[in-house]
Amino acid sequence: MVEYVKGIPIMRPYIDQDNQAYWDAVKQHKLVLQHCHACDLYLHPPRPMCPSCNAQDTLEWKPSSGKGQIYSFVNFTTDRMAYPAFKLPYAVVLVELEEGVRLTGNTHQIHPDDIYVGMPVEIMFEDMDDDMTLYRFKKRDG
Amino acid sequence: MELYKEKTAIVGIGVVPFSTDIGRTEWYTACQAVKLAVDDAGLDMKRVDGLVKNVDDGPDQMYVQKGLGMDNLTYTAESHWGTSPMMNAITAVASGSVNYAVYYQTAHRASGPEKSISDFRVAREMREDLLDLIRADFYTPFGLIGQPGYVGMTIRRYMHEFNVTPEQMGWVPVVCSENAARNTEAVFFDKSITIQDYINSKVVVDPIRELDCAPKVDGSIAIIVTTLENAKSLRHPPAIIMAATQGTSSEGQFFTSYMRDTITELPEMQFVADELYRVAGIGAKDVKVAQLDDSFAPLVPMQLEALGFCDRGEGAAFCEGGDRIRNGGQLPLNTAGGALGQGRFDSARIVEAVRQVRGTSANQVKDADMVLSVSGAGGPADGLILRRQ
Amino acid sequence: MTVEYNAEQKIPYPALWHVLYRSSTPFWDGVKEDKLLLQKCKSCGSFLNPPRPMCPKCQSMEQEWVPATGKGKLYSWVTYQESPHPAFKAPYSAVLIELEEGVRIVSNMVKVKPEELQIGMPVQVTFEKVAEDLILPKFETMS
Repeated sequence: MVEYVKGIPIMRPYIDQDNQAYWDAVKQHKLVLQHCHACDLYLHPPRPMCPSCNAQDTLEWKPSSGKGQIYSFVNFTTDRMAYPAFKLPYAVVLVELEEGVRLTGNTHQIHPDDIYVGMPVEIMFEDMDDDMTLYRFKKRDG
Repeated sequence: MELYKEKTAIVGIGVVPFSTDIGRTEWYTACQAVKLAVDDAGLDMKRVDGLVKNVDDGPDQMYVQKGLGMDNLTYTAESHWGTSPMMNAITAVASGSVNYAVYYQTAHRASGPEKSISDFRVAREMREDLLDLIRADFYTPFGLIGQPGYVGMTIRRYMHEFNVTPEQMGWVPVVCSENAARNTEAVFFDKSITIQDYINSKVVVDPIRELDCAPKVDGSIAIIVTTLENAKSLRHPPAIIMAATQGTSSEGQFFTSYMRDTITELPEMQFVADELYRVAGIGAKDVKVAQLDDSFAPLVPMQLEALGFCDRGEGAAFCEGGDRIRNGGQLPLNTAGGALGQGRFDSARIVEAVRQVRGTSANQVKDADMVLSVSGAGGPADGLILRRQ
Repeated sequence: MTVEYNAEQKIPYPALWHVLYRSSTPFWDGVKEDKLLLQKCKSCGSFLNPPRPMCPKCQSMEQEWVPATGKGKLYSWVTYQESPHPAFKAPYSAVLIELEEGVRIVSNMVKVKPEELQIGMPVQVTFEKVAEDLILPKFETMS
């Protein structure tokens, strides 16, 4: 699981019009995914146009179950490569959601050594401060 | 082999309407412009295999490719100045590297960085004012800051050497405003201005007036280049590229090439002119319409001289009264309203050149079978000549 | 007119402190001692301005710094009606001086009103301490 070093700010998400709805939902502890209703295609990260049909007005936001499996992961073990706001060691996981898209995130109450590809996880939310909410992943029963 | 002579054509143009606040991200409007251009050409998106852009404008090729779901790109490139990425596109197509190269220029310069995918605008301005070390070392400590001041130093000398009056300098802005007033796409003039409006215009940095300086704008444009052979199966008759080139010269410094023997001519544009006419096999007199770089209108007379439309020192007199440079005159200029009317956006000149060749300009010039477009007055220059099929 | 500065604002300093750009250091070191120095190619004798690592005429990388006479003529100028930087009080003029050696430098005039400026007027260098740690080479009309 990730723990933070006090006093060092975490770099904030860069929020613009293309991903605003995504981060607004996260703020309300909900995960939404961009979806093209013409192609029935989930898109992540959020973008201005459907890469399949090139339409800009077919994009909508659909709630996600937030459930998936760990697709891959890295463990940060030395401070040479890690950002100092995070206490070592910590893991960053790539989670394949049930909808098929992949999200990066941290873990909650999982020791880096216990992570394995295929581990069933689900999303949870954490209010970092007044105007930043992030998400991380915890173990769930497969 | 003449790589730049009649090998390629512009077959698609996409223009997201200009605005002072376009209300979308640069990623969004970049995708929009490329899609419009591909549709205009009647092309399948998957066949685009080259993407080129200006270094300082965003977003980069991977974003555009991701946004539009393009397949493999065999050629990507970035170039610095003016519309010089066109040279990348033409080179890639003419050399056989790609079949369909798209030059996209997307920059929201008016509404600010908050609508960009990253802080491009800040990067642009940092680069301009701080990272040009000669400028930071020898100009800024003396308060010579900002492009109107840089250009003003050259223009004062030009007006001195050739006895040019401020009134003579006003006719390019006047004619641009007339053209813009008739072009619904141009955002800056609902109605044209008079020469008196120009004279009354606020002096920003003497001798430069407010109406000499093209305003910032949000824009997004895409232009598709392909071979003459490929062009046959597409929607529009091609705008054939008769010739294209870049020009640079020694002791160059953006808008401040003050160390040359004379600072009142544009050797870069002179190189562009000589090469374009040589490759195309035509002369200045054959050009029916010209899109010149009016980012700063007082640099237009020097371009007219460099491009051979008049003798040295006579550029301002050539424009006086406006009749020679209006539609119907000897050389209609900046028929879409120029940078003054549309905002400072270099690739808009190429779009207007294509429209003149197609016959779809808001200020269509009769028999516009050969059209010139150049960029880069007061720095590295580039240009092309288009013709009808 | 002499350029007036806002005391509470920092004048944009020359870039010589930039770690990547050392070519102009001797120029600004000279200014500190009230000397106007020009870079000159040791091989072909050309004056090099702005300073640079290589002579563009003969590609020699051997240069020396020689004192300029400090005399020249006004080549061009602009007058700022609005200030582009908080340190400078508008109106003020920036001038381009052609030195006797043939090179041109950007500077300011002292004790001359903008309306008195004339292209070709003879000028000579003078040094003005504009901040505790910054001297700038400026120009005055030649008597």
